[in-house]
Amino acid sequence: MDDDAPVIYGLEFQARALTAQTAETDAIRFLVGTQSLKFDNQIHIIDFDDENNMINKSVLLHDAGEMWHISGSPADKAVLTTCYSKTSESRVLTCAAVWRMPPEWESGSHESPDDSSNNPQTLELLCHLDNTTHGSVACVLWEPLGDGKRVISLAENHVLLWDLQESSTKATISSTATLEGKGQLKFTAGKWSPHHNSTQLATANDTAIRGWDLRSMSQIYCIENAHGQLVRDLDFNPNKQYYLASCGDDCKVKFWDVRHINEPVKCLEEHSHWVWSVRYNHSHDQLLLTGSSDSRVILSNMVSISSEPFGHLVDDDDLSDNEESQQEDKGKEPLQDSIIATYEEHEDSVYAVEWSAADPWLFASLSYDGRLVINRVPRALKYHILL
Amino acid sequence: MISATTPPDSDPTGRRRVHSMLKLYYGLNEEGKVVEQAESLDPCDINGPHFDPEVYLNKLRKECSLGELMDHESCTVKQIRSLDSDMQTLVYENYNKFISATDTIRKMKNDFKKMEDEMDCLSANMAAITEFSAHISGTLQDQHAQITKLSGVHTLLRKLQFLFELPARLNKCLELQAYAQAVSAHRRARCVLQQYSHMPSFRGIQDDCHVIMEQLAHQLRQKFRDGGSSAKDLSECVELLLQLDEPAEELCDKFLSHAQSRLEADLQGLEAELKDSPVTDTGGGLVQKTNPGSNHVSPSSSSMTNPFLSPTAGTDILEFIDRGCNEFVSNLCLVIASYQELFINRPQEGELASKKIPEMANGKLHVFVDTLAARYFSLVERRIQEEKGVGDNSLLVRALDRFHRRLQAISKLLPGSAVPSQGTEIVVRAARERIKQYLSALQTFYHDSLTDVRQALAAPRLSVGGASASGGGATSKDATPSLTELLTSLSNFILNQLKSVLASVHLFTAKDITFSNKPYFKGEFCSQGVREGLVVSFIKLICQSSRQYCESAGDRGGSTPPALLLLLSRLCLDYETSTISYILTLTDEQFLVQHHTPVTPVTALCAEAREAAQKLLNHYVKVQGLIISQMLRKSVETRDWVNTIEPRNVRAVMKRVVEDTTSIDVQVGLLYEEGVRKAHSSDSSKRTFSVYSSSRQQIRYAPSYTPSAPMDTSLLSNIHKLFSERIDIFSPVEFNKVSVLTGIIKISLKTFLECVRLRTFGRYGLQQIQVDCHYLQMYLWRFVSDENLVHFLLDEIVGSAAHRCLDPSPMEQSVIEVICERG
Repeated sequence: MDDDAPVIYGLEFQARALTAQTAETDAIRFLVGTQSLKFDNQIHIIDFDDENNMINKSVLLHDAGEMWHISGSPADKAVLTTCYSKTSESRVLTCAAVWRMPPEWESGSHESPDDSSNNPQTLELLCHLDNTTHGSVACVLWEPLGDGKRVISLAENHVLLWDLQESSTKATISSTATLEGKGQLKFTAGKWSPHHNSTQLATANDTAIRGWDLRSMSQIYCIENAHGQLVRDLDFNPNKQYYLASCGDDCKVKFWDVRHINEPVKCLEEHSHWVWSVRYNHSHDQLLLTGSSDSRVILSNMVSISSEPFGHLVDDDDLSDNEESQQEDKGKEPLQDSIIATYEEHEDSVYAVEWSAADPWLFASLSYDGRLVINRVPRALKYHILL
Repeated sequence: MISATTPPDSDPTGRRRVHSMLKLYYGLNEEGKVVEQAESLDPCDINGPHFDPEVYLNKLRKECSLGELMDHESCTVKQIRSLDSDMQTLVYENYNKFISATDTIRKMKNDFKKMEDEMDCLSANMAAITEFSAHISGTLQDQHAQITKLSGVHTLLRKLQFLFELPARLNKCLELQAYAQAVSAHRRARCVLQQYSHMPSFRGIQDDCHVIMEQLAHQLRQKFRDGGSSAKDLSECVELLLQLDEPAEELCDKFLSHAQSRLEADLQGLEAELKDSPVTDTGGGLVQKTNPGSNHVSPSSSSMTNPFLSPTAGTDILEFIDRGCNEFVSNLCLVIASYQELFINRPQEGELASKKIPEMANGKLHVFVDTLAARYFSLVERRIQEEKGVGDNSLLVRALDRFHRRLQAISKLLPGSAVPSQGTEIVVRAARERIKQYLSALQTFYHDSLTDVRQALAAPRLSVGGASASGGGATSKDATPSLTELLTSLSNFILNQLKSVLASVHLFTAKDITFSNKPYFKGEFCSQGVREGLVVSFIKLICQSSRQYCESAGDRGGSTPPALLLLLSRLCLDYETSTISYILTLTDEQFLVQHHTPVTPVTALCAEAREAAQKLLNHYVKVQGLIISQMLRKSVETRDWVNTIEPRNVRAVMKRVVEDTTSIDVQVGLLYEEGVRKAHSSDSSKRTFSVYSSSRQQIRYAPSYTPSAPMDTSLLSNIHKLFSERIDIFSPVEFNKVSVLTGIIKISLKTFLECVRLRTFGRYGLQQIQVDCHYLQMYLWRFVSDENLVHFLLDEIVGSAAHRCLDPSPMEQSVIEVICERG
């Protein structure tokens, strides 16, 4: 059996929201939120059995509305936030809420997987991230590596920092920042930096990328015209604190050093349509995943600007143990930046890609037609990076 | 017997025969030696020496008949008779000769006796003469010695007199300025005076002479130093001074420094001009000559006078060089010639020869010439560098030619000198510089003409700016004819400019130019300079600047007008197909380029041009696509689709999209060919339209909104996708209109699709999208290569809108058609 073959899972509905279950480090688990105006929306919990190359799914009902964004708590694997649109009085408003998965979902799904889709359980609402005054929420960001008590929501042109209290059942705004400027400004994406004690945030609106200091809630940098058109997504390099990747409607992926914002460090132009999602691998930051509305997912190897530009560094202890092998390593050519693979399993626009939280060599991508594809980093490359 | 010479009247052959027979008889050959004749041993041979008459007779008697014997006998008798007569004649002849010889000997005897007597008389006389002579010389001895002594004294006295008169004579010469006489007189006396200087009287004379000669030398030097003296005077001075033991080196130095001061004056004159000229000549181009007396006014230069430059401006380069040649170079040549005359080529006599003056003088001359020439060259180079204008090259070339030609004179005068080669260097450098200037001039010209094109593109747009929103046709009519014209005029401009530059540069290699046969101008100048440095660089520059338009134009569409991108793309494509090879062939022909060094091949340049063209066209598609995309995006994003009213007509933005697409179509059609469409029947729009509108839509929409089969929607579109090829949105296009338009429409519709998917629609929102899509469907299919592409994307849009609809109740197809046809 070919381990590198992709595993495909089809949802009945269209979907845009995908996240890895951040707090889960044992099982490979992705959460997918559907988008349907007509039917009850669901959250599909996709468990991937690495050994058998099998997928186990569980479905939870999300009856609040169609999901635009989903995000799992880094501390409690049962807690998640969604951004969903609600239609009331012929107005469409995107709200955000914190939910808890019912404790029984796991056992239930194991006992009778067939039933779960017929009689799905419902998510338990913990609290609304009330936003009536601030407008539609674009996304909700958990504090990375945090204790699951702080989230940020980006609503129109506001940055709202929430404190979750009483087991996340109560949310209060602790501080806000507002982006002022000409016209109707609206955040399209954001990312909470895992560096600097989680005090920095990067947001995207229109063609600009802005950095925020969460202590003073003030802007610290602004990359005007980071992309020729809309910036769709951004991600922080997990190992290099000043490095940031962004993607947008100009079909490009750009890498920035936020200390030198005049020019991108590097620029990739591999997709033939808008790039909607960009993700650094959590462990090996040379691996970069991008999803685009040209229905392709591209895995790139950006060695030259990664934290390991000369391959995997052997620890000092190892070095003294086997100096000979170290010598060999030095003789090796530094790896070149390259496209590792282009995945063409999707037939519609890919709006979300995500690395697994448990297995750094595994990732999922979701296209609008509801197709979820789970892929692995090619084994040859994996060994090359590890050895 | 041999002496028996024959009388001249007898037959020589007959006599010869008789002689030889006689000889044979006596056994003699011609040398008088006895010859044994082996063949005549036969006793029967009547002529042989061993003839035996008995044997012979017996033989005859035995062998012959009687008749024969009779014949033989008569024959023999005849022969005997003739022999007898011969013998008689010979005897007679010899007897006569002997008689005459005896007479002669007798006569000689008498003569000798007389002579002996006379000789005795002569010897007696001679003895007497000798005696007398001895006597006379003995008597004259004493007087002769006296006379010799007297004449010696006389000479000495005359010499002395000369010496005593010398100071006076010298003075007189000095007064009369007859320096040559004075010097020769002094030279004659000098040794004597030197020899007898221990005697007081002579010493006095010597001192006087010294003083006078000092004075004379001083005067000579004075004269030498004075600038005014003519070359002949000078040479005389130098000669005299040399004879006066003046050190030659010093003289050389003086001579040269004297010449230097004059040449410096020339150089300063040149420099003064140089200082004036920058002010007046920076404008470049052509400056009218102010000096009508100058002998080198080219007809072209006077006729092509640039009206923008003041005619009274400073001297042009030709005049400058002329002046340099006429003054400095010719003076330098004169100096060299006279110097060589004075110091180097003189016949060296006496002590002067030993001093190796020519070598020393030659060395000095070379240093002198080199330093002055270096200064001159630096001036000339400065002047050449000021020659920035590229208007008329002929002037510069002629100036350089003259400059170079005149330097040849120096090379003739001074064979070993580095000056001419340095001059050639300067010419080469000037030529190189010129090529660079031409390249930059071409560059500026190219950018200027692009700016012109930009303005031309912008102008009509401004004039009909208001109208373009409502009547795109008017815009295209006004703006578009100029696009082809602009292209042809631009490419003609560039080509003409390039040709004129080539013609200008070609002057460097004209046959009548002296330096054109230098190896540099034959080889490197043509291949590396003109072909690579000028033509290839220029073509590369065009490609490069074109590429820059794609990159620097910014991601937002940039400031470059799309029409310019299109124009440049076509220009590059034209270059690829024909212009490059034409230009290079032209260059190769004009300059007879011999490819010693590897040169850029035509194919490489063509590939570069094609790449540039492709990039520009891709960029054009992207920019135009983005412009339309922006319109569509704004129209989708800013509308409240949930609460919209029932559609009554097509939204204005769709009309605008169609108008813009039409005008783009016209624009592209002006420059690019139609291209290939996928075959479709003439009524294809109708047919597919009906499929799209009725049956397909029924199949697609009707089941998708029934709750029982939620999968069908995606199933159908998925099946469709399975069989259709993946669409690359921002993909390279081909060089034809259809491909370009397909690219633009793809980008626009994909944007439309993605924007629709981000919105939520009410019932009328969906219907409006239906109407809009139908409208687009009606008009856009004709632009693309494969109309199914448009259908597919529009289907996707309507399908997505239906999915995003809260109350999906599609509009009746007939109503849609009515609305679209109305609006």
